[in-house]
Amino acid sequence: MFAYLVRRLFLMLVTLFGISVVIFFLLRIVPGNIVDILFAAAGYVDPADKANLEKELGIDQPLVVQYLHWIGGFLRGDFGYSYVSEKPALQEILPRIPITARLAGLALLFSASIGIPLGVISAVKQGTRLDYTLRVVSLSGLSLPSFWLGLLILTASVAMFGQIPIFNPNPATWLEAFATYAVPAAAVGFRSAALTMRITRSSMLEVLRQDYIRTARAKGASDAAVNYRHALKNAILPVITVIGIEAAFLIGGLIVTETVFNIPGVARFLVEAIRWRDYPIVQNLVMLIAVVVVSANFIVDMLYAVFDPRIRYTD
Amino acid sequence: MTDTSNLVLEVKNLKTVFFTNSGLFKAVDDVSFTVSRGETLAIVGESGCGKSVTALSLMRLVPDPPGRIVGGSVTLEGSDLLALNEAGMRKIRGNRISMIFQEPMTSLNPVMRIGDQIVEAVRLHRNVSSKEAQTIAVEMLRLVRIPEPVRRAREYPHQLSGGMRQRAMIAMALACRPALLIADEPTTALDVTIQAQILALILDLQKELGTGLVLITHDLGVVAQTAQRVIVMYAGRKVEEASVEALFAAPKHPYTRGLMASIPAVPASGVAAQERLNEIPGTVPSLVRLPPGCAFAPRCKLAIKRCEAEYPPLADWGGGHLAACWRAAEVAEVA
Repeated sequence: MFAYLVRRLFLMLVTLFGISVVIFFLLRIVPGNIVDILFAAAGYVDPADKANLEKELGIDQPLVVQYLHWIGGFLRGDFGYSYVSEKPALQEILPRIPITARLAGLALLFSASIGIPLGVISAVKQGTRLDYTLRVVSLSGLSLPSFWLGLLILTASVAMFGQIPIFNPNPATWLEAFATYAVPAAAVGFRSAALTMRITRSSMLEVLRQDYIRTARAKGASDAAVNYRHALKNAILPVITVIGIEAAFLIGGLIVTETVFNIPGVARFLVEAIRWRDYPIVQNLVMLIAVVVVSANFIVDMLYAVFDPRIRYTD
Repeated sequence: MTDTSNLVLEVKNLKTVFFTNSGLFKAVDDVSFTVSRGETLAIVGESGCGKSVTALSLMRLVPDPPGRIVGGSVTLEGSDLLALNEAGMRKIRGNRISMIFQEPMTSLNPVMRIGDQIVEAVRLHRNVSSKEAQTIAVEMLRLVRIPEPVRRAREYPHQLSGGMRQRAMIAMALACRPALLIADEPTTALDVTIQAQILALILDLQKELGTGLVLITHDLGVVAQTAQRVIVMYAGRKVEEASVEALFAAPKHPYTRGLMASIPAVPASGVAAQERLNEIPGTVPSLVRLPPGCAFAPRCKLAIKRCEAEYPPLADWGGGHLAACWRAAEVAEVA
């Protein structure tokens, strides 16, 4: 187990190194840097001023030097300064993380707490009208882009209540906080819930055919005990895998949803930073997201062993 | 033939059908039998003859759809199981009537500890604490002669061998001391050496607990060793019923005779081995399109015109020896 963990952590580091290289160079391939953008906006170009500014920001140096400078800082926790606000990048990023984390957490919670039970019900009631209804709804969940669903929700709330839900940065009560995040989280989570439901359903259908399900019935177990205690526990592995992958996809959904709902989270901030070619913000933020995603995958792998005693990580 | 006061199970005219895309077929057609306390009844037949569906019908576990029990009665200890609602039936399953399945490798839940699976069976039917149920589970594992039962109870199915898993299945099935145990080919998936041990174990426990046993098998050797009475099934129907002695001494149905002839004999030393095994020619007919007469007639050497036209009724040949064959009287002479 210990040897497995060490090997696994090493692989995670290799993955993160690869991601850092890709982020860094992709960002440099995008035409223009902050200086170009600033000077284009100002409307006149003095090459000397431009060179001065590039030198000041350090973007005149060779790419390899720039990369080493950045990654060294990242490892020490020194994220540099935002080109736009000129404040420390860490100070810009940190306060926005809890907002996005809450949104993402709530969206995942929705997807698991709605997707899994509906998937079980759909599998148990296979071929009934309820099953077909749930499958059509889930198909729509997979087909609707979250930003469009978000816009629909906003339009509908204007039509019905005459106002749109406004982001409340300092909710007083727990309920207020929930209300603030629930609608955008639902807009993002709908897709995940639909996917979770479909995977749960197909995995359950597979398990419900197994001999040990018949054994459980032969014991006199109730339908609920058979479906949840016996079947779901065996069917849950693919579902966990999908939820783990969805955790990564969620970031993509959040970028547009935060924009649509005007939420000052990390995701929308990232889009802004990309527009300004604010390298310190973009690089460090994407790197942090990568760390979260890689860790989520690691946690999923560990969860396998928790749910299935046949899986033991040994060498 | 059997003392009715001692009767555990009485099945009368049981009919189970399956609705499939190719049509309706009668998997179990008008089958009747009884089992007394402590008695072993063997149900014998080829694959697809309806013996497993008969067993599942007794448990009311026939998958519906596509299957359904459409007629007859199953009386266990005086109450008609087919008249019970689902909740009532759940109280009987695993409690008064239990079942052991063919595949020990896949019949236990892979993500539940062995002990917990037995505990579940106990707690569903007995009002005991979790701790008491644990004690019962370990005792049951000891009863089925699993070494180190305390440790084994904490293990998962994949940590046990096939034979051990089948023992655990038996422990689970008998945990509530059922009146009737159904064993559906309990040894088919096991090594030959283990088969004998498991059979001996089932018979010992049956004697100890006084359980009625329905043993489903295709192995006449197993029947001879274990059962008191035998039912031979063919294409969903009971074609012969007799005591083990009577059946092996003088089978009345050509199908039974064919089954017996296809048991490979071990040649005596010095005698050249028989080159080819005896077999029954042809295959079991499609249950969707059964002939109007005897279903075995197309494969039967003794078949006459009447066999193809009319289904032979079960006739009593004395001592409870029943056979459904127009030419039962001639079977013994011909072969």
